[in-house]
Amino acid sequence: MISLLQDIQEAFGYLPEAALKVVSERTGRPLVDVYGVATFYKLFRFKPRGRQLLSVCLGTACHVRGSAQVAEELGKKLGVKPGETSADGEFTLETVNCLGCCAIGPVVVKEGRYHGQVTLKELGGLVKKDGSANGDGRAG
Amino acid sequence: MAKSKKLRSVADYDRARKEASAQRNAYEARISIGCTSCSASDGRALLEAFQAEVARRGLQEKVLVRLSGCHGFCAKGPLVVFVPHRICYLKVKPSDVPEIIEETALKNNVIDRLVYRDPKTGQKCQLESQIPFYKRQLRLIMDYNKRLDPRDIGSYFAIDGYEGLIKALTRMEPEDVILEVKNSGLRGRGGAGFPTGFKWEFCRKAKGSSKFIICNADEGDPGAYMDRSVMESNPHSVLEGLIIGAYAIGADEGYVYIRNEYPIAVEHIKLAIAQAYEAGLLGKDILGTGFSFDVHVERGAGAFVCGEETALIASIEGRRGEPRQRPPFPATKGLYNKPTNINNVETLANIPLILTRGGSWYSHFGTRNSKGTKIFSLVGKVRNTGLVEVAMGSTFREIIYDIGGGIQDDRPFKAVQTGGPSGGCVPAEHLDQAIDYESLSKLGTIMGSGGMIVMDDRTCMVDVARYFMSFLRNESCGKCLTCREGTQRLWEILDDICEGRGKPGHLPLMEDLAHCVKDASLCGLGQTAGNPVLSTLRYFRDEYEEHISEKRCRAGVCKPLIEYRVVAEKCVGCLLCKKACPQDAITGELKQAHVIDGERCIKCGLCYAACKSDAVEHVKSRDLCHA
Repeated sequence: MISLLQDIQEAFGYLPEAALKVVSERTGRPLVDVYGVATFYKLFRFKPRGRQLLSVCLGTACHVRGSAQVAEELGKKLGVKPGETSADGEFTLETVNCLGCCAIGPVVVKEGRYHGQVTLKELGGLVKKDGSANGDGRAG
Repeated sequence: MAKSKKLRSVADYDRARKEASAQRNAYEARISIGCTSCSASDGRALLEAFQAEVARRGLQEKVLVRLSGCHGFCAKGPLVVFVPHRICYLKVKPSDVPEIIEETALKNNVIDRLVYRDPKTGQKCQLESQIPFYKRQLRLIMDYNKRLDPRDIGSYFAIDGYEGLIKALTRMEPEDVILEVKNSGLRGRGGAGFPTGFKWEFCRKAKGSSKFIICNADEGDPGAYMDRSVMESNPHSVLEGLIIGAYAIGADEGYVYIRNEYPIAVEHIKLAIAQAYEAGLLGKDILGTGFSFDVHVERGAGAFVCGEETALIASIEGRRGEPRQRPPFPATKGLYNKPTNINNVETLANIPLILTRGGSWYSHFGTRNSKGTKIFSLVGKVRNTGLVEVAMGSTFREIIYDIGGGIQDDRPFKAVQTGGPSGGCVPAEHLDQAIDYESLSKLGTIMGSGGMIVMDDRTCMVDVARYFMSFLRNESCGKCLTCREGTQRLWEILDDICEGRGKPGHLPLMEDLAHCVKDASLCGLGQTAGNPVLSTLRYFRDEYEEHISEKRCRAGVCKPLIEYRVVAEKCVGCLLCKKACPQDAITGELKQAHVIDGERCIKCGLCYAACKSDAVEHVKSRDLCHA
């Protein structure tokens, strides 16, 4: 069931209601049960995501190096809270528990690209629409 | 990568191993590029640069360039190691590559600026083994990483990989394997530290026609990443441990339950499994021994509680990851109600070593009740962040100061947090404590999976407790009232204290509540959820009291309690803080004392971090002075 949902999310970027109905029909599990599983896990989204995904790591090592401020500042710049998408549909801001790059925290991942030891000053570059900051994934 | 032929017998395996090591030795030089955190810091770009340069000079026959497993010194990544000389370069950039090939690969010259330089003595270390970070470690597991390409089963053969499995399948009965693991004294590396051999024995003795073995790679503790590194760097060692475990308990099917947040680890373990099938080390009648075993990969979906055995099983079965009452233990009634054994990644990575070298060899390392080595993820405010493998019984001081190089910027050490959200903080007075399962538990923390987050005087312990409680209240599955509501209430009180609304009765109330959550919750998550509060209260009660009665945060972390100002006498007027301020709240000219405008200041702390002369200080917030 979970890999099924993961595949759907990979294809659509989120779990559309229609797809969950199909899952329920095909697996024979009640729709409420499918929703029950999907909402339990943090990975699943029920709204479309923006063109670019920004994930801020909130692991302990990142926390003691100021990741809460990084998340807050990114949220301010985009005018969203974690889990939301910017009004222009460009960026979705998410927080994750730990990305396992603890040595180079605080870490922000933009569309699969890791940015280590980010500073508040760099965040402006990360949320530029043209993605011009994509090329400076800094070495730890 | 050579496509491996199907091995049908032990003789086939021996031939494959010899071929692989001959192939490897045919190169004059081998260049290993560390992969994991380093790939976060552009290891892959570096690989491409090396490959392009080697191709441009037509050196493909002479120089082997490969992405190796994690070297562990993540603070200085990407690392590049040359074999045979073992010269080690740190923080290598693609632009360094032509010079490295010209000077080191062709002329055997060492490039000075890329080698490690001791920050205290200024002494240079050309070889990895000379660097203090490595010199004081005992790397039984991690040492293999730089010697192999995680994407190539041949390179694992070349270091005698799968020999432990061959030995088990051909020369040992399952009971002998269990006895060997029991003799080694190996205990589970996932958190609770249950002896692995006994765990296997329970499952072996459980009645049932088919059994399961699961590798728990759902490394949930924030701040711990050794399992990710082992999975990414040496996936075959974990797989070999899993197959040996399956043989020992009599399982015919296995699962690797792995965090979805670790894309490279998922990719590498999937590739390793595919290669093992192709080589005949998985599937029907492995190497003609009559033993059959299949493995599947299940990805987690971001739920911390799924690290708990029964929740993990529920998740594989496609249900909400809620733990259930034990007994029955998974060893008798686990996945799909069949006897099931679950081991952590690092535990399994130890198994091939124990089989090839022997349980009694392994038991020489460590303390009386905790054998072998443990990988710690040494992170936070420490200079040499990275993965550290040491014998059990090493002290915090050895790890943080000798290996870790001390605290960043030479600030005072305040505490080290171990065991993730279930663990606790250990203060400076216990720095010389030898670390094993028992000693940590006496200190009010646990081994956990091996996270070691170092904190300095700029870390607020109340804020740390609030951080963990925020994590736990989000991750509580909600089944038990005490855990669901208790962690929420604890977080609310901690938030009050951090925001300046603390009351004198809060501390005893929190203690009561934390004990209640511990005593009345079902699973390991709930039963340890009080620890972050209890352990910080045990050692840092004065900080809590300062927050409540004086409305003061000495670390300068709790924003409502502080204000920043420039001490005019110390300020040299260097403009650094002014440049750092995102609010333009700082005024002042070059070589004149600066001033912070309290109205515009958002207390981001950038000026405080930027100042080189300690002239920016945080003081008690004026808003609270009259409160």
